Amino acid sequence: MVADEVLDKYEMTIGIECHVQLATATKLFSSADNDARDKAPNSVVSAIDYGLPGMLPVLNRQAVDLAIKAAKALNAKVAKVSRFDRKHYFYPDLPKGYQTTQMYEPIILAGYVDAPLEDGSSVHVRVHHAHMEEDAGKLTHFDGYSLVDLNRAGTPLIEIVSEPDIHSALEAKAYATELYHLMTYAGVTHGDLYHGNMRFDVNISVALRGAEKLGTRAEVKNLNSFKSVEKAAEYEFRRQVALLEKGEKVVQETRGWDDVRQVTTSQRSKEDAQDYRYMPDADIPPIVLTDEEIANIQATVPALPSFYRESWKALGLDATVVNALLASRPLSELIQRLFEKNGESVARRTALWYLASVSSEHEENIFDDKIPDSHYAELTAMVDNAELSSTAAKEVFFAMLKTQHPPRSIAEEKNLLQVSDESAIAAIVDEVLADPASAKSLEDIRAGKDKAIGYLVGQIMKKSQGKANPALAQKLIKERL
Amino acid sequence: MSKIVEIVGAVGSGSSTARQQVEAAIERAKTTKDYNALLSLSENRALERADAIDKKIKRGEDAGQLAGVPFVVKDNFLAYGAPTTAASKMLQNFQAPLQATAVERLEDEGAICIGKANLDAFAHGGSTENSAFGPTKNAADTTKVAGGSSGGSAVAVALDIVPFALGTDTGGSIRQPASFNGVVGVKPTYGAVSRYGVVAMASSTDTIGCLTNTIEDAELVMDIISGRDINDMTTLPDFFTPVVAPKPAQKIGLIKESMGSATDPEVRARILEYAETLKAAGHIVEEVSMPILEHAVAMYYVIVPAEVSSNLARYDGVRYGHRATNAATLAELYGRTRDEGFVTENKRRIMIGSYVLSSGYFDAYYQQAQKARTLLIDAYTILFDSYDVLLTPVAPMPAFGIGEKAEDPVQMYLTDLMTVGPSLAGLPAMSIPAGHTDAGLPVGAQLVGPARSDAALLALAKTIGDK
Repeated sequence: MVADEVLDKYEMTIGIECHVQLATATKLFSSADNDARDKAPNSVVSAIDYGLPGMLPVLNRQAVDLAIKAAKALNAKVAKVSRFDRKHYFYPDLPKGYQTTQMYEPIILAGYVDAPLEDGSSVHVRVHHAHMEEDAGKLTHFDGYSLVDLNRAGTPLIEIVSEPDIHSALEAKAYATELYHLMTYAGVTHGDLYHGNMRFDVNISVALRGAEKLGTRAEVKNLNSFKSVEKAAEYEFRRQVALLEKGEKVVQETRGWDDVRQVTTSQRSKEDAQDYRYMPDADIPPIVLTDEEIANIQATVPALPSFYRESWKALGLDATVVNALLASRPLSELIQRLFEKNGESVARRTALWYLASVSSEHEENIFDDKIPDSHYAELTAMVDNAELSSTAAKEVFFAMLKTQHPPRSIAEEKNLLQVSDESAIAAIVDEVLADPASAKSLEDIRAGKDKAIGYLVGQIMKKSQGKANPALAQKLIKERL
Repeated sequence: MSKIVEIVGAVGSGSSTARQQVEAAIERAKTTKDYNALLSLSENRALERADAIDKKIKRGEDAGQLAGVPFVVKDNFLAYGAPTTAASKMLQNFQAPLQATAVERLEDEGAICIGKANLDAFAHGGSTENSAFGPTKNAADTTKVAGGSSGGSAVAVALDIVPFALGTDTGGSIRQPASFNGVVGVKPTYGAVSRYGVVAMASSTDTIGCLTNTIEDAELVMDIISGRDINDMTTLPDFFTPVVAPKPAQKIGLIKESMGSATDPEVRARILEYAETLKAAGHIVEEVSMPILEHAVAMYYVIVPAEVSSNLARYDGVRYGHRATNAATLAELYGRTRDEGFVTENKRRIMIGSYVLSSGYFDAYYQQAQKARTLLIDAYTILFDSYDVLLTPVAPMPAFGIGEKAEDPVQMYLTDLMTVGPSLAGLPAMSIPAGHTDAGLPVGAQLVGPARSDAALLALAKTIGDK
């Protein structure tokens, strides 16, 4: 273990390559189904993806359109002319013996991402470029054999290559998370991380703070969660600092992340690095785009996270709350719509209710589009009008998620409506004050200890089975002193 | 005289049947077996198709423009009824699950594929000696090579087994065997005919064309197989329409560099005679210089092997084709599969190609060759500002002896001197029979035109006639 003071002497520098599987109906160069989830091995493979002799790629225009949308999300220009190249290596998951990619003239040029951090600040990460390419198949090693599944072969990807602008594990996580938000909001990917819709290769080097030269980097490949990006960066930082402190050298190599042991492990060193023999792919004519085409496609990109962040400043929500909301695009759209149509209070309360529901009983799929917007407005009004306590409102909200019933009928059914009828509460107040058990509290209040009133209000709430409006009860007590 | 029109007429009128045509072609293929022009016959499928066509005709239905016409395809076209071997051990038993677009289009018009023609393995070569299944013998002299790589297609047509054959031309592979066997060979504009379903050699210069005995037949076939195909992004919208009468008084440039001392004197004599015939028909023939042409072979043998090394990477023994047995490791599986499945010339080109693409050499070789290619294209553009057509011999010599150049790849590559230029520039080029040497070996004249002038070139050649 390296002491924190020692770690503080060093700075890490991180660049991230992110592979994003595009949400197209078919593959990048064939008409095979692009959704390989839960499909039998080798069941969504065309002759093209299989690399049969004589097969030629036919570029999927939808993939190009999604790349153009991604460019907008990355604040990047789209190249008017881009081309495909071949990257050669032999491996059983690569049917043609080369991956079709864009080495020399990528479709997405330089851009940037501002990734918010938990403390409310943000990290500015420049994007070097992003290019289109095809995914490879998958190997499963089994009983001395390697089984090849080409379902994923030919799935369209964009690879987003960042500049080395990231300097902490938290920044790395924030960047990865923001890319996820951007790509899902722009509709570029389904964002199913479990199925590898987004995968991160993290290049990490360390050097003494203030050093002019960057250290030797190691690349941790194929991370598929934000947490693993953070943890791998953290681990590498400590590992590399420990090496340097011992006077050893960091080896330039590819490493893998062991999620169980939470460590990175060496996979292959630079000496084994392949010569990919890149060359232009003559089977695919260049992609030539006009400004008008680009503008038309980008006009269909829905609001992105930055828009919501700016808009929601008016709601006074914490940065953590905002980021939690942004994790779900339909939820963000709902909150924004409520804000625009029904005002600040409805939007803010609905946002907080939803987040409360995430942490309590609903782990996933919290958003329910069967609930009409008017329900949220009504529930908010009931709280604002003191008809429901905030605790009761939450209970109504959770029930509403399950049943989609109007909040008033749920509140009535559950008998949660607050009593704001003075005479009804006055009777309970009188009863409580007359109780000898209240004598001590009354004395304290008269002696100026205002806090003592809490006990009395509590007793009133108890007697009213929680339905008394506490503010009204307090007012009535004070009148009687 | 169109042989195709003759057959279609006979079959259509009932004086012959598709079955008779197919049976006769298969009979001719069997009696000429010694030439080794064909690697396989799709006898059963061909006869079934013939019967289906005969039925259609009997019922008075439209059986297509080529109803009942037998043909063969070079064995690098995916086709039903026989394996698609590319004349290699690698694909010796490969049965295609689909057919090449060109084959489909011909069959849609009632033509009947009766077999697969020999070639240099994976179309690498200029003599068909690189076939894993033995060389094809020249139709005019069985001690001579057929030329290549579409040697089997050329000999099958020259021997009249079939009236037409499909071939592929990447650097001369239709034109040179056409020249060596005295038939018409059409290498169209790049992108004129879909490459879908044809075993790829070099993606930027591969073209699909035909070999025939008459120019009229070439026009018919090209008209049918040309045109846009959604399965090949490089195909052009159909521009091929047979021209009835050629433009009068065309300006024809005879390229000086193709007529030097490196070119056989008898070949030069035939080309000069061909030039005279063009003049007699009212055209103007002038000598032109194209100095860059002498570098075309060097460019070609950098760019094409690079693409070859890439296109042959898929033959790894994992999914189909030859697979080495008892390999202990993945590397051994790859190494032995490819060692056993490829012939020497395949390996040579893969090695050259891998070398020129490797890090550190890419700029020096591949990129440099591509720059030179741009200059070559510019040189053609400039010449076509002043000339309608360029004329050269197809090859610097008539067919050479079997085995004569087999041990010397550089000598072999130099036979491509006049054909690789149009390939690198994507231009249409035709091999037209232009007489024989004293020894009776055919000589071909090459007509090269600007992109999309394919039909005009054939129309010009038609007025001169094919010898």
